[in-house]
Parts: sequence; C-alpha cells; structure tokens
Amino acid sequence: MSKLYSGAEIVFKCLEDQDVEFIFGYPGGAVLPIYDELKNHSSIKHILVRHEQGAGHAAEGYARSSGKPGVVLVTSGPGATNVVTALTDAYMDSVPLVCISGQVPTHLIGTDAFQECDTTGITRPCTKHNWLVKDIKDLSKTLHEAFRVATTGRPGPVLIDIPKDIQFAKTNYSKPKIEKKLNGKKSNQFSQLEINELINLMNKSKKPIIYSGGGVINSGPGASEALRELVELTGFPITSTLQGLGAYPGDDNQFLGMLGMHGTYEANNAMHDCDLLINIGARFDDRITGKIDEFSPKSKKVHIDIDPSSINKIIKVDLALVGDVKEVINGINKTLKKKNIDLKKSNKEKISKWWEQIQKWRTKNSLNFKNSDTTIKPQHAVQRLYELTKNKDTFITTEVGQHQMWAAQHYKFNKPNRWMTSGGLGTMGYGLPAAVGVQIAHPKKLVIDIAGEASVLMTMQEMSTAVQYNLPIKIFILNNQYMGMVRQWQELLHEKNYSESYSEALPDFVKLAEAYGCKGIKADKPSELDEKINEMVQYDGPVIFDCHVDPNENCFPMIPSGKPHNQMILGPSEKNENKITGKGKALV
Amino acid sequence: MANPKSAYSVSTKKEKSDTHIIVVWVDNEAGVLARVVGLFSGRGYNIESLAVAEVDAKKNISRITIVTTGTPQVIDQIKLQLKKLVPVHKVADFKRNDKSVIFKEMALFKVVGNTNKIKKAINACKKYNAVILDKTKKSNVIQITALRREIDKMAKDLKKFGLVSISRTGAVAMTRGNKVFN
Repeated sequence: MSKLYSGAEIVFKCLEDQDVEFIFGYPGGAVLPIYDELKNHSSIKHILVRHEQGAGHAAEGYARSSGKPGVVLVTSGPGATNVVTALTDAYMDSVPLVCISGQVPTHLIGTDAFQECDTTGITRPCTKHNWLVKDIKDLSKTLHEAFRVATTGRPGPVLIDIPKDIQFAKTNYSKPKIEKKLNGKKSNQFSQLEINELINLMNKSKKPIIYSGGGVINSGPGASEALRELVELTGFPITSTLQGLGAYPGDDNQFLGMLGMHGTYEANNAMHDCDLLINIGARFDDRITGKIDEFSPKSKKVHIDIDPSSINKIIKVDLALVGDVKEVINGINKTLKKKNIDLKKSNKEKISKWWEQIQKWRTKNSLNFKNSDTTIKPQHAVQRLYELTKNKDTFITTEVGQHQMWAAQHYKFNKPNRWMTSGGLGTMGYGLPAAVGVQIAHPKKLVIDIAGEASVLMTMQEMSTAVQYNLPIKIFILNNQYMGMVRQWQELLHEKNYSESYSEALPDFVKLAEAYGCKGIKADKPSELDEKINEMVQYDGPVIFDCHVDPNENCFPMIPSGKPHNQMILGPSEKNENKITGKGKALV
Repeated sequence: MANPKSAYSVSTKKEKSDTHIIVVWVDNEAGVLARVVGLFSGRGYNIESLAVAEVDAKKNISRITIVTTGTPQVIDQIKLQLKKLVPVHKVADFKRNDKSVIFKEMALFKVVGNTNKIKKAINACKKYNAVILDKTKKSNVIQITALRREIDKMAKDLKKFGLVSISRTGAVAMTRGNKVFN
C-alpha cells in the first residue's frame, strides 16, 4: 500500500509539483495544520504579510512581474473576506492567482461557527472558478486543476476552500495529470483565412493604428517580441492601454504613447481618425473608448483576444481572431514574410500622409506642463525619477489616482512585466504590497512604488513585511495632501466643492519610515530632487520618499466626461469651455 | 449643455430585444446553478424562467433551460460568458419563435367548486393534454403541458371556474427531427 498523506501534506506536495517557490499568507485557526506542515518543505518560502489584502496584492505583483501564478494562503472568515479586494483586482486585470483558504471543519459548515463564512459564495463573482473541498480524495486533483484554470486561457484568480478536518484527513497522493477534457474551452480558434483577411485589410489601409493591451503582457515576453516585429514589418503607428505599457518600447518613434482618458493627444486623435484599428489583447474598456457612439467612427475594427466573450462586448468589430496573442501575431508575421509582403515599403507612400498628420498632433506636446522653480511639479518628479532610474531595469508599481496617470504618462517602459498597476478595479493601496511581491520575484532589481499619500496609507502596514524580509522597495510618494483625482473631478464636476478629499492629519512620513525601521527621505524643493532621488536609489533597504508636490496640479490631457477621443482638454487654461454639467455628473 | 457628459458612455442606439431559450449542459456539482444564475444577476441579465435537472446520471450532467430576453449583443454575451464557466460543457440558443424547436411548460391547476364548474374547467384544459391528478367532490388538480402564453391564458380563463392555486415549471426545449445539438 502506498503512503498516506494528510491534507496539509498534500497541499504542499501539489505546490511543489507546481514549482511554487513563494506563498504570501497570514495564519489563523482554520489553516493551522497547513502552517504546521510548512517547516517540512524547504523549497517553499512563506512571506508573512500584515493584512490578507496585502497578501493578495503581493501575489499579484509577484505574478505580473514573473509570469508565474501567485499563491496566497489565508484563514477562514475574516482571512478570506480580507482577500476579496485583491481577488477582484486580479480578476479585473487577468492576473493568475491561486488562493488557498482555510474553512471550519465540514461538520460545522452552515452552523455560523467561529470565523465561518461562505467563502466560495462570497468569492464566486470575483474568481474564474472556486472549489470547496469536502472530500480528501478530491484535494490533489482540485489543487492541480486550480493551477490549470488560473494560468490557461485568459488568466485569473481561483480559490480553493479547505475545511480544517480535510487538512488532517489522510489519503494517497496523485501527481498532476496531463490535460484531459477541454470542455470546449480551446484558446486558439483563429484560422489562416482570418489572418489573410487581416493582411488584406492592412494592405488597403491608409490610416492604420495598432492598439495593444495587457493581453500582450499576459501572453509572455515572446508576445512582446512578436508585437515589435509586427510593428517593424508594417510601419504602423502603435498606441497602448495602461496595462499594455512596456510591450512596445515607450521611447520608440512609432509609439504614440498611452491612449484613453489621460492618453496623449496624438494617440486619441489617431484612434478617432483611423481607417483600420487593430486591437491586440485589449478589451475596449470605458476609460479607453470615451463616448461609445462616436468611438473611432470611420474605421474597420479588428480584435485579437484569447477570450471570446471580449469580442463584440462593447464595440462591434469587423474581424475577430480568437487566440493567444503571441500565436496570432506570430501567424501574421509569418504570413507577411512568406507572402513577401513588405508592408513597410509598399505602404510607405500610402500611410506617409497619416504619419504627417500624426506628427502634427505630436507638436501639441500634450503631456507638457508648466514647470516651477519653487514647488515640485508631480510630472517633473516622475520625469526625474525616470531619468535617474531608466538604465537600471526598474520595476514600477503604483497606487491609484493622479500619480498613477502621471507615472503612466511620464515613465517610459521598454520591457514587459516592468509595470504593475491596478487598472480595472482601480484599487488604492495596491502598489505597496505589489512592490513587496515584485521584489520577492526580483530580489536584485530596483522596485519603486510611485504612490499617492492617500492610497499608500491604505496598506502602509506592509512596510513591516518589507523590513522583515529585507526587501529594499522604494515608496515614492507624490504628496499633494489631497485625494488628487477625487479633487480634480470635484473641480471639474462639482464647482470646486472639495468634499472630504483633503487629507488632514497626515503622518510625518519620514518618522513613519523610521518607526518601521526603514529610511525616510523628504523633498519639497525642485533643486534638491535629483540628489534625494539618487540617495533613495542608492540606499540598500526600504525607503519611504515623501515628495511634497504642488497640491493644485491636475492631470492632463484628459478626455472630459462623455466626449469622444477628438475632444480632449489639453491643459488647465482650456477646461472652462468644456465645463461638465447636467446628466453626466450623476454618472461618474 | 445638451449632451450627457460622463466618462461612462450612454449609448443612444437602442437595439430590439428578443426572447431566447438558452440550454446549458453542466457538470452536476455543488454551486453550479449559483454560478449560472449569478452570472445573470451579476451582469444585469434577466431570467424569465428556469428549469434544471440531471439528465445523465453516469456522466453527471445536468441540463439547464433558461428563458431570457435581450438584444442580440446581450444574448451573445450571455452565451459567451456561460461558455467560460468551468463546469459548463456546451450552450445552445434558440429564439422562442423558432419552428424547429419544441418548447413546453407544465402547469398544475387546483380548481375548487361544484361539479359543473370543475367539468367546465376540465373541458377548457382538454386541448393542452389535460391529466386529472387528484379528484374530490369539491376539487380537482389538473395538469396541462403547453406554451407559456397558453398557460397564461388558461390561468386567466379558469378563474371563473374556481381556480384557486397555480404551480408551473419553467420551459424545457428540444429540437425536432433526428438532429442532436452538439
């Protein structure tokens, strides 16, 4: 008879077979048997966070920067409910997470036992799938299936709820089986015919644009390489969503910058005026499209996505290629080369007028801002941070708000997996724990959380985690003493009634840093900025950088509420003509 | 200003809604119905009726029949979202006016009254495969199988014959002929 293993042992055997190196978690009554087993598995390191939400975001940071699934371990009840925000965040941004939660013993389920909650019920809408394991015999199969679901197709979070008695129960262990039934969920459904049709459209187009998104990042580094080759082969302009930054080099001349609500003037106008729009791994999010009825009105639209339900969800497209982005682009590149269609040469004439037009838009210099000698402008701070760290293969995370948009606009990424930000859910407090996870995956790299002072206070306790594991993360706070994006919208929509958006009684971040046992740096003059950023970068250990910036700065350019792409506000002087009134106010 | 102004777009184009019958084959496991129903409620889709039962005990497959109303875009989303659920095997979709598909619902009517009234009630039900399931001097329970609108009509018509209680199922569907949906 083969050896019998306890449920807790099986959990670790599965994690070992899945090559898991790190677990982000927090112990509690209903997961104690699993924690007890931890000591016997030296290849798996547990990172103790300070709040389960932090565990989830750290696992997201780990997953996004490494391409491997993040693993989270939490207890029942509050442990599970605390991780819900992170699971929802991962679901919205398609991040592969495997969350293991403890549950009260099976005979107590449904009795309102201590720290009991309906974890699978609560997490059903925010996971790709979840399981309550009621029979020890199902445990190993379920765990391996969980990893498969999280990492295949469009990635996303999954949760396995394991009652405490199952963790003690014993059974045989079975290794993961090679994939059985696909259940009709095949990723690659595109055909050569569709590729040919796309190339035909590309050939005819006079005003093409490629709009790439997070799907390119999720498809792995090979997808970014394929995308670069495609852009090179075609000579087409390319723009990117917030999540797609880094898939194509941010400083390349064919790159028009980010598009959408706070995207560049040239990217948004090109989207509006183009005659061929090729969406690669993006989902026509409402921050991208602006007014749907007037979204890119003159274009043929092509959508490449692994998730069939993304096609025609918001924008009706003329041609859809369902499949892994990398496979599809490689297919296109191969066909282009095989047919010896040098679009770059043959199209040069055809699309040269288009490029001229784009150059004209570029001269608007829409990311421009009025710099100051006396106060630090937040955009200037991000630009200096970029200049002083661009040669270091830096990883950037952010919180959510104005600072996030300034980071996206002014920090340029040349490689995928270097940019971790909460886009879909927009979770304030994401960046600090995400930086913890990124640093775990890349211990030797420079990891910076570009933060706002309001966001970062939501998960500040994870500094303690950073100190415990000697993670030299840098928290670069653009401190404007406001919930800046809230204040900006109140300025635009609510007659400057800054209701509850001013942060009173902020802590002294330098002292706070010291209290956590890390370094605090404060800057409030533009003249000292470079020197202090260098001090931060060179310090071997976690740093909180309190950068006092102009409290009244707004994030521009901006597509105002309910407007199409070609009606952007470029700067503060313009906003009065575009005042937002009426029905729109209620909707945002 | 005339136009609504919001970062959330308000679509001005209104598409026509149609009633569809969506059939879903799922693994018969705990929580699967909650996943399907949760998808509808979570995304703001509407369920008119629902019928679900295991149809293959060996393979552990249940068949869910959902009647829903939506624009073509919404119906497409419903199908694609359903197909993404892990326990879902396949999804079929029929328009309610599709002649190649049989739709049936069942209803139980309890009629209380004198023999004359009950007789009239039974007569009225006759064209819908009426079966008398229970009979006393003063009451009858009649089962009929029919289309939704026919049952609606009967429910109204039988009032005058002493109808006191109605219980009805959701629609179930099956294609005509020898074809099987794959």
